[in-house]
Amino acid sequence: MKKLLVAAAIAAAFGSAQAQQTVKIGMPLTLSGQFADAASQMLNGAKTYMKMHGDTVAGKKIEIITRDVGGPAPDVAKRLSQELVVRDGVDILAGYVLTPNAMAAGDVSAEAKKFMVVMNAATSVVITKSPYMIRTSVTLPQVMETFGTWAATKGGLKQSYTMVTDYGPGIDAEGAFQSAFKAAGGNIVGAVRFPVANPDFSAFVQRAKDIGPESIFIFIPGGAQPAALGKAMAERGIDKKKTRVLGSGETTAEAALKSMGDNALDIITAWHYDYTSKNPLNVKFVKEYQGVSGGRNPDFFSIGGYDGMHAIYEALKKTKGNTDAEALIGAAKGLKWESPRGPMMIDPETRDVVQNVYIRRVQKVGGELVNVPFETIPMVKDPAGERRKQAAAKK
Amino acid sequence: MANARRLEVVFWLCTLLPFVLTPNYLSLASQIAITALFALSLDLILGYAGIVSLGHAAFFGVGAYVAGLIAKHYWTEPISGLLIAGVLTGLLGYALSHIVVRFRHLALIMLTMGFGLLIAEAANSAHDLTGGADGLQGFRVPGVLGFKFDMFGRTAYAYSLGLLFFCFLICRRIIRSPFGLALRGIRENATRMPAIGAPSLSHLRKAYTMAAVVAGLAGAALTQTTSTVSLETLSFGRSADVLVILILGGAGRLYGGLIGAIVYMVARDQFSGINPQYWYFWIGLLLVAVVMFLPNGILGGFSKFLKPKN
Repeated sequence: MKKLLVAAAIAAAFGSAQAQQTVKIGMPLTLSGQFADAASQMLNGAKTYMKMHGDTVAGKKIEIITRDVGGPAPDVAKRLSQELVVRDGVDILAGYVLTPNAMAAGDVSAEAKKFMVVMNAATSVVITKSPYMIRTSVTLPQVMETFGTWAATKGGLKQSYTMVTDYGPGIDAEGAFQSAFKAAGGNIVGAVRFPVANPDFSAFVQRAKDIGPESIFIFIPGGAQPAALGKAMAERGIDKKKTRVLGSGETTAEAALKSMGDNALDIITAWHYDYTSKNPLNVKFVKEYQGVSGGRNPDFFSIGGYDGMHAIYEALKKTKGNTDAEALIGAAKGLKWESPRGPMMIDPETRDVVQNVYIRRVQKVGGELVNVPFETIPMVKDPAGERRKQAAAKK
Repeated sequence: MANARRLEVVFWLCTLLPFVLTPNYLSLASQIAITALFALSLDLILGYAGIVSLGHAAFFGVGAYVAGLIAKHYWTEPISGLLIAGVLTGLLGYALSHIVVRFRHLALIMLTMGFGLLIAEAANSAHDLTGGADGLQGFRVPGVLGFKFDMFGRTAYAYSLGLLFFCFLICRRIIRSPFGLALRGIRENATRMPAIGAPSLSHLRKAYTMAAVVAGLAGAALTQTTSTVSLETLSFGRSADVLVILILGGAGRLYGGLIGAIVYMVARDQFSGINPQYWYFWIGLLLVAVVMFLPNGILGGFSKFLKPKN
């Protein structure tokens, strides 16, 4: 009987040791539908990290389990996150391309006490949904407010006309840019919003031209729209030397530049990552990434996935493989590292991403259109997060 | 008839099985129950009254947002929120019914789709009220009748299933009443029914309003059990999905929407678990197979199978 008990105890100990050999990371992503491309870029970023750094950390094997959310569907995202926790027994939740999905999953992370890594979802407030959440992508105010301040100070612009797409991120970008630009002494001479689906830009561009502002700020989704807008600006004769054209990184992403052609020249954008960066870490990352993705170049979704995995790996190293959410979030707070995008940090207080914002201009380098950075604003914190912190301190 | 009654009892007893057999699938079960309720609501108008709608998510979404807004700005007690959501979607349905029932066939499809898109776009632009593309934020429905909405979805499933059962009983009563019979008459021949004393248009208006109420209840239940609302609840995709579910299960049969929801959602869950990237392929295959071999849906096929001589 005693022998049996001992055997059982050994078996149990062995069994639990076996079970602890893997760390499961659950990733509910938009793998089908409109945002499938973003999700696959993000997943490839994460896979690239695992390829470059091995799939074991602190003696444990890392295993990724993906689920398809299908689109902006918070009820599904929440259910899948719940199921990953209760059914698949994941230790960490990660991914999340879209804000509503990340918000809904934040509840699961808080309730089930699971470490959660947001690899995209760029609305500032997402990070407040769970005390066990970090973000490794970017926040809209981080880039857009920084850009607004830069434009009115070092950029030397006194006037701007804003043109944004009439949807959540567009409205947020408009608000962030306008408030920062005005606070730094600039003057907003007008604003217009495009409809989301198939807008005809020429009328909007003509209106902007009639007002004749010193600069135009643009925020539109990637895809086919940048090309249409570039064409409209060329047709209406907007001279980018006289009227500065400012935009977000999406406006001049790889595919957008290809479709816009020379119309993109001299557009100035603020962003946190570009695959053409000559940073040796990035050169290596791009090469590895192309191997994983079948020849595609990484974008900001990819770098979010890559750095998200880095944060997970480093946190696990610090906790020696302990996946308890308190331990992991404690280890992740204040984490600093060199990423292919440049130096970055997880803010120890807000748990949000801190990173360089690069001001770039589209130029021709060796016959190719490239976003050439000419100014770096170092280690920018999410301004909206800082305001939340101050408001909380006042109370 | 006694046999059918026994089958029904067995079916509803089976809906309790997930509590014991698959306790890790209760969140899914809860969303299946809500989808089944939504499909039941579409069945009222499509299966029994012949109103083809491609914009039924309008009511689902309005119910979802009403429940969300009540929880955000007023109180978080869910049952009263559910009732208010039902009443308000009913009013919306009644208002729209005056236009909808005047049309048939293709025009009707275009019209309902148009209303659906209008309401979805209105919700998108009313950013301050609905939260726009980010979804409604900042509310949480903690529980119902003292039971907390837990991680495993136990309370959520009990709540959704209770609501489904209650609504089902009412729908069943309506369908088997003379009014339900008149609806089927209108579906078969709308011009002849008034001649035997059944006013087609007012009957259709009533049916449409009832369907709106049920869809609104389903939407509200989804909001309350998940504490989330997004524009997706109003989307064309949701309208199309529920139509597919109903056709899959068998339109014009009380259990059609229920069976359709179970088969479709479980298939989605399993296929997307096996292959998260390309699982729509298998869903497509399933739909083609069902339509080819069971043209009246799964239930239609079954009843043919059970009564081969009829």
